[in-house]
Formats: sequence, structure tokens, C-alpha cells
Amino acid sequence: MTEISFYLTLALYGIATLAYLACLLRTTPCQASIARRILIVGFLTHCLAVIHRFIAAGHLPITNMHESLSFFALSIVGIYLYFETRYKVNSLGSFVVPFALLITLGAGLVPTTIKPLNPALQSAWIYSHTILAFGAYSFFTISCAVAVLFLIQSHFLKKKHLGNLFLKLPSLDILDEIGYRCLAFGFPMLTVAIITGAIWASRAWGSYWSWDPKESWSLITWFIYAALLHGRLTTGWRGKRAAILTVIGFLIMLFTFIGVNLWLPGLHSYT
Amino acid sequence: MNIIVVGLSHKTASVDIREKVAFSPNSIEKPLRELVSLEGIVEGVIVSTCNRVEIYATTRDIAGGIARIRRFMADYHHLAHDLLDPHLYSYHGEEAIRHVFRVASSLDSMVVGEPQILGQIKTSYGYAAEYKSSGIILNRFLHKAFSVAKRVRTETRIASSAVSVSFAAVELARKIFGSLNDKTVLLIGAGEMCELAARHFLTNGAKGVMVTNRTFERAQKLAEEFNGEAIPFEELFLHLHKADIVLTSTGAPHAIITPPDLEEVIKRRRMRPMFLIDIAVPRDIDPAVNEMDAVYLYDMDDLQQVVAANLEGRMQEADKAEAIIAEEIIQFYKWVGTLEVTPTIVALRNRFEELRRAELERTLAGWKDAPADAEKRLDALTGAFMNKLLHQPTMVLKKAGQGNRNDLYLDALRALFDLELGTTDTDDSLELEE
Repeated sequence: MTEISFYLTLALYGIATLAYLACLLRTTPCQASIARRILIVGFLTHCLAVIHRFIAAGHLPITNMHESLSFFALSIVGIYLYFETRYKVNSLGSFVVPFALLITLGAGLVPTTIKPLNPALQSAWIYSHTILAFGAYSFFTISCAVAVLFLIQSHFLKKKHLGNLFLKLPSLDILDEIGYRCLAFGFPMLTVAIITGAIWASRAWGSYWSWDPKESWSLITWFIYAALLHGRLTTGWRGKRAAILTVIGFLIMLFTFIGVNLWLPGLHSYT
Repeated sequence: MNIIVVGLSHKTASVDIREKVAFSPNSIEKPLRELVSLEGIVEGVIVSTCNRVEIYATTRDIAGGIARIRRFMADYHHLAHDLLDPHLYSYHGEEAIRHVFRVASSLDSMVVGEPQILGQIKTSYGYAAEYKSSGIILNRFLHKAFSVAKRVRTETRIASSAVSVSFAAVELARKIFGSLNDKTVLLIGAGEMCELAARHFLTNGAKGVMVTNRTFERAQKLAEEFNGEAIPFEELFLHLHKADIVLTSTGAPHAIITPPDLEEVIKRRRMRPMFLIDIAVPRDIDPAVNEMDAVYLYDMDDLQQVVAANLEGRMQEADKAEAIIAEEIIQFYKWVGTLEVTPTIVALRNRFEELRRAELERTLAGWKDAPADAEKRLDALTGAFMNKLLHQPTMVLKKAGQGNRNDLYLDALRALFDLELGTTDTDDSLELEE
């Protein structure tokens, strides 16, 4: 059952990706709502897969690579759907949905077996710590997509190259607003995730901070987004360089999330 | 019944000819009545805009109908026939349908894709419907033309891009700011282009206008016109940060806004983007400001290039529109086809029945010792004979009516059997079809 919903989700994300890309690349007007509906159905089957796994495993399914990637993709799609509904920016989906598909595909390629929960993870803190971290990661993913779109649109406007892609992508102000919202939601979430993580660490491992690779890289990620938010709130910092830093922040976040688990063994390695 | 089109447009006649043959909407009833009272003309619609004057009509006699409408256009406006004739085009059959579909879809317009023409045809049709000069065929025909135009509009991007400089500026502003609702426009200097653009920004939702000019009185006058705020030219840089969109067209010999000027402004705007439009020649704004992060500068050449590219895009979309029209013509022809077939079949049967009755009566009248059941038997015999005889042609005609090659059969039948089709028959058949 879990497998069926998971692979159904994968297929639906695949079709949704094609639909979103078709909307972006075709020159004739097309029904963006079709792509959106497919994605919503994919999101629902994905929810079903996660809930089912939750029941089967008896704990929140974010304790190995498969589960983490799957949960990450789920929250990206959920948050993206919120922004699409709110700002009518279906062209953003052409960038976010393929990424969610890749992550889901990755989840499908790693072992999916349910293992008994590591004793260190058996705590209520797992909920606040991990859900917040995943929420922050998902907001930062969308803020990166928005930053890339901002760079593309800004480039088109400066070079006066106003082709089909330019017409399809959202306006600079909307991109800026979505990006700022992602930052405003994601940064506090990451902050609280790090704090709850520290408290949990002190209970489980006996120390608040152990300079484990995951912790160090999280801190670097935190500093980048702190700088972005600080700049925004004090001088209204935005535009090209802010967008580039957002992309860099995302790449480091991705490394914190996936790279550290793969290449830097530490306390956070559970896979 | 045939649809014919006679008219002239910006493509065949200059404005001094077009204005002579224009029909005023205030007195459209008279020409409409005269039009449908012309010999052989059954229905008529007159479309008269500043770029075209066209008459759509239905007639049985294509050549005669066209000739009479050509003459009517000249006579009604008291023009010499020879003067007007070279400018007139006329179409019938498929060409007439294609022409009207293309006109309604704005493919034949001076600015391809401009949206006004559809509304103008709808209004013209409204008059014709009001004065009852249009009938079943033109009603159906024009409604079809409206739906074709709508299809072209939604399925192609023929009308989706701005093709005037000031609209292009508004479109670009939308791509920077999204909504223009809380945006302020600053006009530096005066000039027709500048004012027109400012007006476009206002009608598209811009919040307010500030105006500055070297002569303060002119700024005040213009500000009053826009219901905006006049600013002394010397205080330009005290107010520049309040403007999201800046339009400049001063006669200054050198740049009045340079990158160092803007650095402070951008800081005060907390890096919110600015859209600068420089319409002046020589330019008022140093092109180097376009390199600054939150500044988007467009000059007259840039905007004109945008317009040129949009126009080219429209031409490409026009091909898709032509394909849609070709598809719709086939559909419409099917309907026209069935419209003609039924009355022809009815007329054909009537003709045979008439002959049969006449012969039957003559035979019976001259048959002295006819048995009692002679009339009944003869009636049954000739009736069965006639039905058998007509069965095959009827089937062929009905089938042909679904295609668009039925004219041949219908014309041949009418000629061979000297059939007369009354207009009342057409009405009946339409009810049958619908």
C-alpha cells in the first residue's frame, strides 16, 4: 500500500513536471490548471504514502534517507501549492516541481525498508526538531527557485530581451514578495529547529552543541539566511546580489541536508 | 442562397475615398432599407469604420447581386461609379466567408490583432438586426464570425502583446511591478508621447502623478490635468525617490540623471526597483544607469524594438489564426449546405407531384368507361413510381448537403426541372435543421 501510493506519487509528479514545463515552453496559451490539478492529486497520494508509513512504522517517517527525501519533497510541494494559489504564479512550478520530482526519485532509489527506531531518536523532540527543519528547508528551496527566476527576469529586462519566457514568468515584485515570505517563514523555523535540536542533544547526548558536521553546516546555513534577512530588514537589501546569495544559501542548505549525511559521518548519520 | 461581400478598406482605398463612402451610424436605417430593397438582395449588413466600409449580403444571383451593391455604394454617396469601382473588392462563397471571419478576428486590420474591430462589427450587426435587414443566414453567419474571432483570441496570442510604444511601456512596468496600483509616475518635461504614456499608466491603475518642468507654470498646468502634484525642477532630486516610474522628455542637451544621482535615490527607496523611460532625443538619462541593480532603463529605441518584435510575433500567430478560420469555414459550409438541400428536395417533390396530379386528372377526364377503382389504382401506381424515381436523387442530395460540393447538384436540379425556391421554404427548412 505504501509502495503503491509512493510510486503513484512519483508518476503523478512526473506527469505534473511535464505539464508545467509544457506550459512554460509552449507559445500558445495553455491550461495551467491541468498541471496544478495533477500536482494536487500527486500531493494527496504522497500524503497517503507518508501517513501509511507513519502507521506501519509507528513513528514519524523521517529517520532514514528514503523517508527524509520523501518528506522533504512532500513539504516542498505543499508549500509550493500554497504560493501558487496565493500568487497565481504557475510558471514557478516549472522550476519547483521538477526539483520535487528529482527528490522523490532519489527517495525511490535508496532502500525503503522500515528499520526499528534508533534509541537516540525515541523522543517527542523528534517532531518539533525535524518538522521545523524540513519546513525551513522547503521554504529555502522555494526561495531559491524564486531567486533564480528573479535573476532570469532581471537579466531579460536589462538586456531588453523580451521573448516568450519573459512573458510567461512572473513580475519582479511578485518574485521579490514570495522570496521575502519564504525567508520570513524559513528563517525562524530554522532557528527554532537548531534550538530544539540543541535542547534535545543535551538530553540525548549530554551536550548542547558537539560540532557535529550537521550542526556546523546548519550554523553556516543559518548565518547566510540571517545575513539576508538582516539586510532586508535594515536597508531593504534585495535585487541581484541578494538573489545570488539566496542561491548560495540554498546550495549550502542542500549540502547540510544531503551532503553531510552522505559524506561526513557524525552524530546525525542514521541512514 | 449565397453570401456576398462588397467593400473597401485601408488596403484598397486611401482615407479620402474611405471617408466619402462611410455610413453614419446615426442614419444607418435608410441605407439598410435601400440595400435590402435592391433587386435580388435578401439580407444585408453594413459595416462602416474608419478603416473599412463593407456590405455583407445574401443573394440568389451572385454576379447580379455584387454588381448592384457596387453600384449602390457609389449611388448612395453620389459618387461616380468609375471613381469608386477600382477601390472595391467583392467576394462570394468560401472567399466571402473567409474574408468576414478574418476581418472579425482582426487579421485584416491595419494593426493586426487590434481588438476594436470585433466590437464595431457587433454594433453594425446590431443595427441590421434592429432594422430587420439581416435574416436567418446573416444572423447565423455573423454569430459564427463572432465565435471564430473569440476562438482566435483565446487560442492564439495574436492580441496578447503591446503594439504601441506607450502600451509597451505599461506592459513592461507590469513585468517589473506586477500591479501598478500603488505606483507613482513622475513626468520630467512635457511632450505628447510623455503625456500619452502617463495617461496609459493612470488608466492602468497607477496611483498618482508628479510633474516637473523647467517652466514651473507648465508643470502646474499639466499636474492639474492629471490631478497630480507639480514639483519645481530644482527640487527634482528631493522627490525622485518617491517615483516608481519616471518618464523623461526634456529638451536638455545632456543627461540630467546620472548614476551618482541615482545611488542616493535607490538607497532612499530601500532598493525597490525603478522603471525609467527616456523618450527624449538627445537622451535625458545616462544609459549607464541601466547597469545599476534596481534600475531598469528603456529609451525610445528600446521601446520601438519591443513594439517591432511584438508585431512580428503577431504575424506568426496570424498563421495559427488562419488555420482556425479554415477549420471554421468547413463547419459553416456544412450548415449552409444543409440549408439549401431541404428546400430543393421539397421543390423537386412538389414539381413531380404537380405533374403527376395534372396527368392523372387528364387521363381520368378522357377515360369514359373507367372502372370504379381506376383513380385509386392509378394514383397508387404513379405515386409509387414517383417515390421510387425520387428516392435515389434524394439520398444523394442529402449526402451532398453534408459536404461542400452540393452547389453542382443543386444548380443542375434547379436548371433541369426549373425549380423555384420561395423564401418561406428556406425559413421552414431552417426550423427543420434546428
